[in-house]
Amino acid sequence: MEQIGQMLLAANTQWVLIGTLLLGLASGILGSFALLRKQSLIGDAVAHAALPGICIGFMLTGERSLIILLIGATVTGLLAAYCIQYIASASILKEDTAICLILSTFFGVGIVLLTKVQQMPSGNKSGLDSFIFGQAAGMVSSDVKLMAGAAALLLMVTIIFFKEFKLITFDAEFAKGLGLPVSALNFLFMTLLVAVVVIGIQAVGVILMAALLITPAISARYWTNSLSKMVIISGIFGAISGVIGTLISSLDRGIPTGPFIVVTATIIFFISILFAPARGIITLKIKRRMTNQKLLREQGQVK
Amino acid sequence: MSYEIWIIIVASLVGITCGVIGCFLILRKLAMLADAISHTVLLGIVLAFLISQSMNGIYMLIGAAIVGLFTAMLIQFLNHKGIQEDASIGVVFTFFFAIGVILITVFADSVHLDVDHALMGEIAFVPFDMVEIGFLPPLPKAFIMLLSILILNIILMMLFYKELKITSFDPALAAAIGIPVMFIHYLLMGMVSVSTVASFDSVGAILVVAMLIAPGASAYLLTNKLSHMLCLSAFFGVLAAISGYYVATWIDSSISGSMAMMSGVLFALVFIFSPTKGLLGKKMNHKRFRSESTAP
Repeated sequence: MEQIGQMLLAANTQWVLIGTLLLGLASGILGSFALLRKQSLIGDAVAHAALPGICIGFMLTGERSLIILLIGATVTGLLAAYCIQYIASASILKEDTAICLILSTFFGVGIVLLTKVQQMPSGNKSGLDSFIFGQAAGMVSSDVKLMAGAAALLLMVTIIFFKEFKLITFDAEFAKGLGLPVSALNFLFMTLLVAVVVIGIQAVGVILMAALLITPAISARYWTNSLSKMVIISGIFGAISGVIGTLISSLDRGIPTGPFIVVTATIIFFISILFAPARGIITLKIKRRMTNQKLLREQGQVK
Repeated sequence: MSYEIWIIIVASLVGITCGVIGCFLILRKLAMLADAISHTVLLGIVLAFLISQSMNGIYMLIGAAIVGLFTAMLIQFLNHKGIQEDASIGVVFTFFFAIGVILITVFADSVHLDVDHALMGEIAFVPFDMVEIGFLPPLPKAFIMLLSILILNIILMMLFYKELKITSFDPALAAAIGIPVMFIHYLLMGMVSVSTVASFDSVGAILVVAMLIAPGASAYLLTNKLSHMLCLSAFFGVLAAISGYYVATWIDSSISGSMAMMSGVLFALVFIFSPTKGLLGKKMNHKRFRSESTAP
């Protein structure tokens, strides 16, 4: 307990916590839209595809400047998202095949570049491989501030465009009829999605980042039918997962953050699927039993 | 045989095994499920190691097949409970993969598996891990494992070829004429899991997805006939493996990574130049059609 208390007081840990909290919030909110638009696995592909971008960013500058790495990741992430949509629309291949194809081949390129980076004299110490599973505890305070700032910015943009995103998610035709620039909004949303994935990979890692988009959102879906409530609940679930995962992983050096964030989020998901008031599996069973008993009792009274 | 030749043979076997299975995955729109299984196989391997305390291939195969099938069932279950398919896949595989990674880091001292190995495989070490069986000369372990899985897959496919074909193209018809659709589904998922494990040592858990999907996707753009697609896919798998190996030695980088990269490059070439379904092919057909229709 004391150890945790001390840890919480450390300034760097506080920053890391704020960072992962904002990240969880932003990814939970954007993840809700992605889920309803059936685009959450694109987030997975984007996260894997960020790896080559990070390596290229490092190779070009030769130093580990986070902002350059993130720009590289954004470029290859957007390229991957574009390739997926292009392959799915221009050929007989379905979207899931396109996602899988782009995800794995971009990751392959990333691995090739990563081995090249590790051969560079400065690359060995760069710690680029911490991007694969995430290492929030190892982030320096300027990295965290960048992540927290970017997450806050993404949140703001999403809130400003909330109504528009809601409309293109549920009824794109109607949105078009109203004169909204639907394709521009789609592009904006995709950019936000890529951005949240990219800022998250340092804490959660490229392989597991998708979980932070999908799991809180699908858990929140169990608790409500209204989009605005779902977005808030999902944001809160994401934030809780981010904070708890970070706390566990900062107990010891070398424990990756991402897996613990994902496990926390999945536990919340299991609680939701079992106990959510309207749709939980166990809640439904209890309700059914109560109705049965009530019916039996009523029948007894009639007789 | 020399060091280099063994690597190329093992890589090609990975290409054939994965390429053939991949065709069915693409046709049945199960690509993402295969991606999920290839991630969760890691958990199966770690659990098999922790329980059996040995790196014996058989235990790993069993562990991976169990976890792989369990993944497929859990996804099916969540889907059945009303969760959309992509979300159920995303939740399940990230959870299992996270647990696998945590187990590896917690038991890091006792597990002879590191995360890099899980990601990229160690095909370069394949020729050093030889075993002797009976009167045969020493053969690499990975070679024996891949060859036996490939033979098993081919036997199963020949036995159930018609069933696999019908359930892939028209599941409703298949169910109507009494083919056990679910059995065939789980059979295929089992084959995916064991193929993934057999390839795991060589190319790693994530890059195996590239070897599963990219050759099949390329083949799909070239033909409309299933048997041709299977052969073409195996051919593209081998091509990606061999070209990947030479690119890797040329630029001195990860062999498995460059195999995945080359499978992507081959796909891009087919995507552009395929005579019937490629970008250029479509454009030419369009032009020919227009010139024919405007001709007097």
